[in-house]
Amino acid sequence: MITSLAFYLFASILVLSALMVITARNPVHSVLFLILGFFNAAGLFVLLGAEFIAMILVIVYVGAVAVLFLFVVMMLDISFSDLRKGAMQYVPMGLVIGAVLLLEFFTLFGAWQFAPEAMGQVSAPIAADSELTNTEALGQLVYTKYFLPFQLAGLILLVAMIGAIVLTHRQRSGVYKQRVAEQFARKREDAMEVRKVSSGSGA
Amino acid sequence: MSSLSLAYLMPALPEIFMALSGLGLLVVGVFLGNGGTRTISWSVAVSFAVAALLLLGLDWDRIETFNGMFVLDRFTGFMKLFVLVGLITSVMISVRFLYQVQIARFEYPVLMLFAGLGMMIMISANNMLVLYMGLELQSLALYVLAAFRRDQNRAAEAGIKYFILGALASGMLLFGTSMIYGYTGSIDFDVIGQTLANNPVADTGLIVGLVFVLVSMAFKVSAVPFHMWTPDVYEGAPTSVTAFFAIVPKLAAMAILVRVLYGPFMSISADWQQIIWFMAAASLIVSSFAGLAQKNIKRLMAYSSIGNMGYALIGVAAGTQVGVGAVVLYMIIYMIMTAGVFSVILMMRRNGIGAEDIEDLSGLSTNSPLLAAALAILLFSMAGIPPMAGFFGKLLIFNAAVSAGMFNLAVLGVLASVVAAFYYLRIIKVMYFDEAVDPFDQQIAFSKRAVLLLSVLFITLFILKPDALIATSMSAAAALFTG
Repeated sequence: MITSLAFYLFASILVLSALMVITARNPVHSVLFLILGFFNAAGLFVLLGAEFIAMILVIVYVGAVAVLFLFVVMMLDISFSDLRKGAMQYVPMGLVIGAVLLLEFFTLFGAWQFAPEAMGQVSAPIAADSELTNTEALGQLVYTKYFLPFQLAGLILLVAMIGAIVLTHRQRSGVYKQRVAEQFARKREDAMEVRKVSSGSGA
Repeated sequence: MSSLSLAYLMPALPEIFMALSGLGLLVVGVFLGNGGTRTISWSVAVSFAVAALLLLGLDWDRIETFNGMFVLDRFTGFMKLFVLVGLITSVMISVRFLYQVQIARFEYPVLMLFAGLGMMIMISANNMLVLYMGLELQSLALYVLAAFRRDQNRAAEAGIKYFILGALASGMLLFGTSMIYGYTGSIDFDVIGQTLANNPVADTGLIVGLVFVLVSMAFKVSAVPFHMWTPDVYEGAPTSVTAFFAIVPKLAAMAILVRVLYGPFMSISADWQQIIWFMAAASLIVSSFAGLAQKNIKRLMAYSSIGNMGYALIGVAAGTQVGVGAVVLYMIIYMIMTAGVFSVILMMRRNGIGAEDIEDLSGLSTNSPLLAAALAILLFSMAGIPPMAGFFGKLLIFNAAVSAGMFNLAVLGVLASVVAAFYYLRIIKVMYFDEAVDPFDQQIAFSKRAVLLLSVLFITLFILKPDALIATSMSAAAALFTG
């Protein structure tokens, strides 16, 4: 009872806030509704017993992605009403394509079959009676069975970082950098000069 | 096998070495700065060579490691060896170019190293997840390389175009994989293959999933109708990057396409053969006619590569061991010819500015007769004229198609090669019979000459001992059929 009540609460707020994301006039409001949507989706995941995904959704999507969006929206000088101009003309075609795709997926879903042995060979099942939380279950797999993909994911992130630096970093002139070694190497003689000033004539 | 033993890591030794040397060279590069680009480039080439030696030192009988996610056998070993050869070549011909167009930054060779690592992992993947990871590692590095000359609008456009379409293709791969997982309950190649073999009539959902996976791979090998990005990216990217794109990733993508189709999905080959059939035919037709109108030689090479993928796909569509052997040989010969052609394109510089139009080659035979002769030999081989190596590649492909009963595809291939011969021969006509224009710059790096010479020697001398490479290709293909 409580569960289904919570489900309908989360689900309806999720759908409403998703709607608000694309209809709100003010882009900052859109991002705030997006954050609301993420929280409600996280709630749905908790109801499903997938608390790890719920945590990730809050930490990564709300904490990093949405806040980044907020920064971009607030800092960049882009007129969103200009961007949105003319978007309405794509709506009918978009709806048609979306409807066709949805219909196809429903057909596919309705006729879905599993191979007879599929249930027996699911990649990493947790036994129904096990006491493991799914965070623990994931932790047991990531560094053992999925060691290779885990390491590869690290390399992919490294390449992404190199790429971001290569494509955006540029040497600017007139920027003062702190060079600690040079600061330490500086002697008193380089920095200051003691002069005798004869009285009455000024420096 | 205990997960702590050294034997567990051994089959992936070349990859581990490449990953470590990539990390090391990145650190060295940061200390040397962009002045160290030459040093880093040659170190990357040496790492590729060492990785190739390590690979040769391994036993190529089928062995799985990392919980069955990574496989080394005759096929993967052979393909990885040639991927490494291609990587070494592309580093060699690009070093001088980086300085010429002032994009000599040390990240360039490091990104090539990581792209190469991604290809190696991808070829050896025995699991959809590892396949995706390898593909993404490779693609991400390639997107950055395409946009490396970021101050040029065309390079930035090439990078963005490649990135958006590539991201779409990756999404499709994952979506298709989820459907395959939905039907079989596994992402492991062996388990998928076993499940499909037990259930001869596959579910529609699985077929849809396979189609999504095929679409994503067709994008990577740039087969029609997923080729739209190729001419723009080839034209917009810096020429050395275009050379890299044309030489290596195609070989790796074709290898994993063959491994996926002839591994887990072999038992439903009737379903995918028609898809490959269509893509092969469409690639041949589109590339041969679109190539006729091209003026820019990089764009022409893009259409040429689409057409060559069409020929290779004929061999894939055959669904036989002979077909796979022909694909392996064809791709290797294609790679060597392309390396030669691109080393010539990289030499096309007039007063320090790169010349990219076919017209720029006018009268090359009077200005530099040797270069013209070398390019003519390469183009004759591309057109498939005997006795060059390119002829044998096509011959084996058509032979495989005919023996699999695909006569219409073989006929189409011959007709397309006649049309395509026109645009290859047009370049030769421009070089030999048109009014000479100003000569190209004469300072040419030794490494480029060496690559060109080796490529031409291979193309012309292949006829003396064709059996050696053909037999190796066939035995590599046989590794896919013993399981």
